[in-house]
Amino acid sequence: MTKTVRIDHAKAAGAFLQKADHVAFHDKRLWDLRSKRDAQAHGIPEWEALRNLASGIKEHTLSNLADYIAQFADQAGKNGVVVHFAADAEEHNAIVYKLMSERGMTTLVKSKSMLTDECYMRDYLEPRGITVMETDLGERIQQLDHQDPSHMVVPAVHKLRADVAELFGKTIGTDPKNSDIHYLAESQRMNTRPYFVREKTAGMTGCNFAVAETGTVVVCTNEGNADLSANVPPLHIASIGIEKLIPTIADLGVFVRMLSRSALGSPITQYTSHFRAPRPGTEMHFILVDNGRSERLALEDFWYSLKCIRCGACMNTCPVYRRSGGLSYGGTYSGPIGAIINPTYDLKRYSSLPFASTLNGSCTNVCPTKVNIHEQIYKWRAVIAERHEVPFVKQEVLKMAGRLLASPTLYRATVASLGGALKRLPNFVLYNPLNIWGRGRDLPEAPAETFHEWYKKNRKPAK
Amino acid sequence: MTTRDAFLAKIRAAQPAARPRPELPIFPSPEGDLQTRFIAALTTMGGTTAHAHSLAEVKEMIAARFGADAVVASAVPGLEGTRVLTPDTAPASLQDVDVGVVRGRFGVAETGSAWFSEDEYVVNSIGYLVQHLVVLLDPAQLVDGLQQVYRRPDFESARYAVLVTGPSATADIEGVLIRGAQGVRSLTVVWIQ
Repeated sequence: MTKTVRIDHAKAAGAFLQKADHVAFHDKRLWDLRSKRDAQAHGIPEWEALRNLASGIKEHTLSNLADYIAQFADQAGKNGVVVHFAADAEEHNAIVYKLMSERGMTTLVKSKSMLTDECYMRDYLEPRGITVMETDLGERIQQLDHQDPSHMVVPAVHKLRADVAELFGKTIGTDPKNSDIHYLAESQRMNTRPYFVREKTAGMTGCNFAVAETGTVVVCTNEGNADLSANVPPLHIASIGIEKLIPTIADLGVFVRMLSRSALGSPITQYTSHFRAPRPGTEMHFILVDNGRSERLALEDFWYSLKCIRCGACMNTCPVYRRSGGLSYGGTYSGPIGAIINPTYDLKRYSSLPFASTLNGSCTNVCPTKVNIHEQIYKWRAVIAERHEVPFVKQEVLKMAGRLLASPTLYRATVASLGGALKRLPNFVLYNPLNIWGRGRDLPEAPAETFHEWYKKNRKPAK
Repeated sequence: MTTRDAFLAKIRAAQPAARPRPELPIFPSPEGDLQTRFIAALTTMGGTTAHAHSLAEVKEMIAARFGADAVVASAVPGLEGTRVLTPDTAPASLQDVDVGVVRGRFGVAETGSAWFSEDEYVVNSIGYLVQHLVVLLDPAQLVDGLQQVYRRPDFESARYAVLVTGPSATADIEGVLIRGAQGVRSLTVVWIQ
């Protein structure tokens, strides 16, 4: 990864938009998840109370985070778990490698973890002779295609069945012409399951919630692959972002109720697994990872993003995300949450992401922990403008818009002429390089008269 | 490598002013009897249910559905499988088992889940490595919802605890639901006292 490269979200989204059938399916599939989420949320009268509780518990925990981490680590230690502390991705990856190489282990079989993606752990381990097997179907597809996950919950949602058939044909030897989804999923199962029972293999999971009271790591999957990764090999490593802490087991009664309902619209994931202590005769290691989180915790406007429980609801509801695809965000995290998390890692690289939003606020409204996502997107724009990270063209357009919006006379004159203009505008105006907003969008129908004209006709000014 | 003290000190220095911890209320339960709600939830998650009066009847049920020569591993005392399970059984050795039989400690009406720990599973991999799972559940052992589940003391003593809700599933390709992703292909809850 080159630090200085600026991700051009609009350009990358443009490439996705070229694939009409992909865009149409992507949009529909994610909106379906949003609709299912709504049905679940509306079925629970206390849903809004749960959101308030989830937000309150997270804010309490994050504002006392050092104490809760200490309690979690102490408790885990008493349970026979070895706890490691990693300041950054490099330390995390080095700890994993050390644990494995010291034991002569050569394969790591794992469930999905956004954190290990964030740490680019596979890129670290594989050149050092460790085979990493992603066992979540979507994550495995992305691994085989050497791509970031394009969604936090459904990593390969931007692909259609024919893409997967072609990829599996090239990589795991299936028939590239057979795009039957049952065949593809079954092929992956047969290809992957032997890895769970291999010799010299360690298991790895991520962590959805880390409970300070008991030192428990909670992992939610639908495939049961976290349970296989943790319950078959003799070594279980769990990678834990420090924002995953919650105080008590009782708090899970809030979060587990909301996670899968928000993510997929199901009442719970098929497997909600609680790892507290190693099986007799085996080892369990927890790696607590900071990797920029404490820096974010110190940012007055932006620490709220640490409340995120990675359900993806904000992505499913976002009109920009649904039509641009997760890969266009150029980082591990995409969608609205990616637009506010990624700039904390590298402001220059991700400076276009906060502009990939209509600021409609839907992301904030569906967020189970009430992260004020759209407000943070707006605040990031201010930070980026202040630090002159806004590309020149966008700066000039915004200056023009600023002048226009600051003058009522100029604004009304422009709007009044716009109705006629919209009808007559040749495409080169819409698609000129200065009009970033026009790309990928259709012109709206212009009303016959402006609101101001209508008001003058129908209302007398107040005396 | 970062020490625990340095790691915690950096976080402590970054923390915003302390926010209060909210009280957790118990919300009222929805209408409807627990078993009906359990079955409705489990059905949406792809699980099925059956009734049995005795363990012998469960055994017949398994033979009828999976064939008389199916490899069966049972973690339920009194119901013998073709494979003996002890806490020392190697987890990987269950990879060729057709049917696993387990008894859930309790069920959750809200979600259609059954609760297990290493005490119920004997060998934890039985819940995932076998092809089909048969879960015995006592209808008297149903709790209302997750808010009640997470107030139980069971999580404090179990090394491993899991809420299992239907079979292993994925919808990662075009949203098409596949049962039997990496874990069990089917899950049947058998009501038995």
